[in-house]
Amino acid sequence: MFKFIRTRIEQGMQTIAFPGGERELPERYRGRPLLECSNCGTARCPQAREDSPTALIRDGANGRAELDLGACLFAPEEAVGSASCGVRFTGDYRMATTSADALRTTTGEVQLAKALDERTKRLFGRSLRLRSVVAGSCNGCEGELVALGNVVFDLARFGVEFVASPRHADGIVLTGIVNRNMRQPLEATYEAVPDPRLVIAVGACAASGGPFRDSPEVMGIPDSIPVDLWIPGCPPHPLTILDGLLRLLGRMHERAASKD
Amino acid sequence: MSDWSLAPLGNRRAISLGAVSVQAVAEFRSSVIGAIRVGWRIVALFGVPEGADHVLLIAVLANDERGSLGALSTLVGNHYQALTPECAQASLFERELAEQCGVTPEGHPWLKPVRRHATDQAPNAWLVPERTREEYPFHRIEGEEVHEVAVGPVHAGIIEPGHFRFHAHGEEVLFLEIMLGYQHRGVERLLETQDRLRGTLVSESIAGDTVIAHASAFCGALEALARSHKSARAQSIRGIALELERLANHIGDLGAIAGDVAYQPGAAYFGRLRGECLNMLMTISGNRYGRGLVRPGGVAFDITPDMKTDIDRRVKRLEDELQPVAELFFGTASVQSRLEDVGVVTRDACLTRGFVGPVARACDVHRDVRFNHPYGVFRFAQIPVATAWAGDVFARALVRWVEIQRSLEFVREQLAALPRGELRSACGSLRPNELVVALEEGWRGEVAHIVLTGDDGAVRRHKVVDPSFHNWEALALAMPGNQISDFPLCNKSFNLSYAGHDL
Repeated sequence: MFKFIRTRIEQGMQTIAFPGGERELPERYRGRPLLECSNCGTARCPQAREDSPTALIRDGANGRAELDLGACLFAPEEAVGSASCGVRFTGDYRMATTSADALRTTTGEVQLAKALDERTKRLFGRSLRLRSVVAGSCNGCEGELVALGNVVFDLARFGVEFVASPRHADGIVLTGIVNRNMRQPLEATYEAVPDPRLVIAVGACAASGGPFRDSPEVMGIPDSIPVDLWIPGCPPHPLTILDGLLRLLGRMHERAASKD
Repeated sequence: MSDWSLAPLGNRRAISLGAVSVQAVAEFRSSVIGAIRVGWRIVALFGVPEGADHVLLIAVLANDERGSLGALSTLVGNHYQALTPECAQASLFERELAEQCGVTPEGHPWLKPVRRHATDQAPNAWLVPERTREEYPFHRIEGEEVHEVAVGPVHAGIIEPGHFRFHAHGEEVLFLEIMLGYQHRGVERLLETQDRLRGTLVSESIAGDTVIAHASAFCGALEALARSHKSARAQSIRGIALELERLANHIGDLGAIAGDVAYQPGAAYFGRLRGECLNMLMTISGNRYGRGLVRPGGVAFDITPDMKTDIDRRVKRLEDELQPVAELFFGTASVQSRLEDVGVVTRDACLTRGFVGPVARACDVHRDVRFNHPYGVFRFAQIPVATAWAGDVFARALVRWVEIQRSLEFVREQLAALPRGELRSACGSLRPNELVVALEEGWRGEVAHIVLTGDDGAVRRHKVVDPSFHNWEALALAMPGNQISDFPLCNKSFNLSYAGHDL
């Protein structure tokens, strides 16, 4: 008993204040990417598009280059070009959005997730029960979802918890590419969640197929499952997920991600 | 090595494909079966399409005691006499072969799909009918009061998908059948790409908690085929990252085991300390799982002098914080009594079935790639093999704790004497018609990447064997005789990868 109490005192209080008390992320952390080009005007840069090793840079409207955060693997090689012209990673962990379209911008400045409408917010704002459905992933995103439950991030203090049955849940957290073998179980789980229900898509695989995008096993999220929150990352940092969830629940001040 | 005409291989030493003898099927069978009988084990057994109408069957075997690796092959049509009836280790490999290549191992007693996908490594001329993915012949046990409990694919926590079917009599499990494949993403075909970077990124996503081990084995195979030599510094940084990955996962596992026996202090403290290891990987690589660090030819990031001091300080603190928590966990009688004699894997079963990693070491089998088939930094800095003998949940937890202490020691030693050298050396085009086996001791056990190149030097086949592929059967063997309610605890003590198995 003495040992137990001593250890408890030694361990101390480890939970971070959030929002506001985030620990500093290391210098090499690769957060939300930015596309900048001072020569040919922001987002028109053809060189950056050519050099990009993944699907991060895509053709947008009017032949302009677009950054697709959903396809970003946050690999160091995705930072292409020079300081004045190209893609670079910022230290900003905030990047969750309400729609898939919002992930695609000409600069990487995304419109962060908006709060739910008043009625839904009243239902879920202070208590949200989620069911995790893993549908063709590598277990990276799941590792970070598990980490959200530890004493540092302590998701439960915000009234958000993962539950064991879809019938007890207010929504699902979806990770993975949605492959052929999991499409049907995913649909069945979604059907079992009572209305109104939320869908939160976590990670690059859910948004774009991630590193597996060229595989014939990728089916993608079916149209019958509308997504309310997209959280980019490979995998997303726990703070990225936490930030997205709290924005959706209207528990953060709404503001667009500023530069750095 | 002249026995059974095994072509001698080394870990990460490429050899000409011509050096691997192509034996007649009968000879191949007796060679493999004979070698397994005297202590060799199967690292991989897989097929490569050869011409329009044949499959080249390659067996890679290891003898851990002698530190040797060997390969042999045979050419088969769309059926051959299965090895499994005389060699249990071949069972899952032959099922996989049937599924990937469309070859029927005749006489296989348990021929079922492994991952439920369409044939993707069959010779062009073959028309292999696609199975319905739902079609799966489950094992059945009949009898009064015998009942089935089916769990999954969607589980009660944040867990990967898999289906478990228990046959139970009351609470007692008689038999457990594990059906996987829900995480199948077609990894092997994606790794066969010409685009080196794309391949590396996929290798980092084979199992998201084993990023460093899989990426290192992937790069190790390519480096051997390109005769690229890494600097001592790059090797040391890879070693540090590998051990940090082991630390994060072993510590996390101890926390999860504590959680499953309802010992909350252990779950909370170990859970947080897992995060500290991930954060150290993030300091080095910019990602909590070490993504972006390991690249063909070396590593993408250096450990700067400032970083070295900082990480050394953090590892020291981690060491100090872990000690009392582990004492608390292993010293609490109620915890001990929940872990002992639960989920036993016998040494005999381990040797016959070829289990790897902490699962094997917990039943007194000295099997550790870092020691038996040393590579990279582990040729110079040896980590003693940690073993226990009981083969139960407690033994698996204990092996993890001993390995945690040795990894901490290793990381601090390496940081203190980080050698000089380039971060990345050139890794050019691959030599044609060669075979290489790259083994890595990931935290779950032996990660194997086997690569064959074609006439043009392009990758012809990239075979991946995750330790979970060997070890899922250990869980199925450990359950009978235990209560269904002990399944979560047993499962946690193995903590196998669904993604790594399903590829």
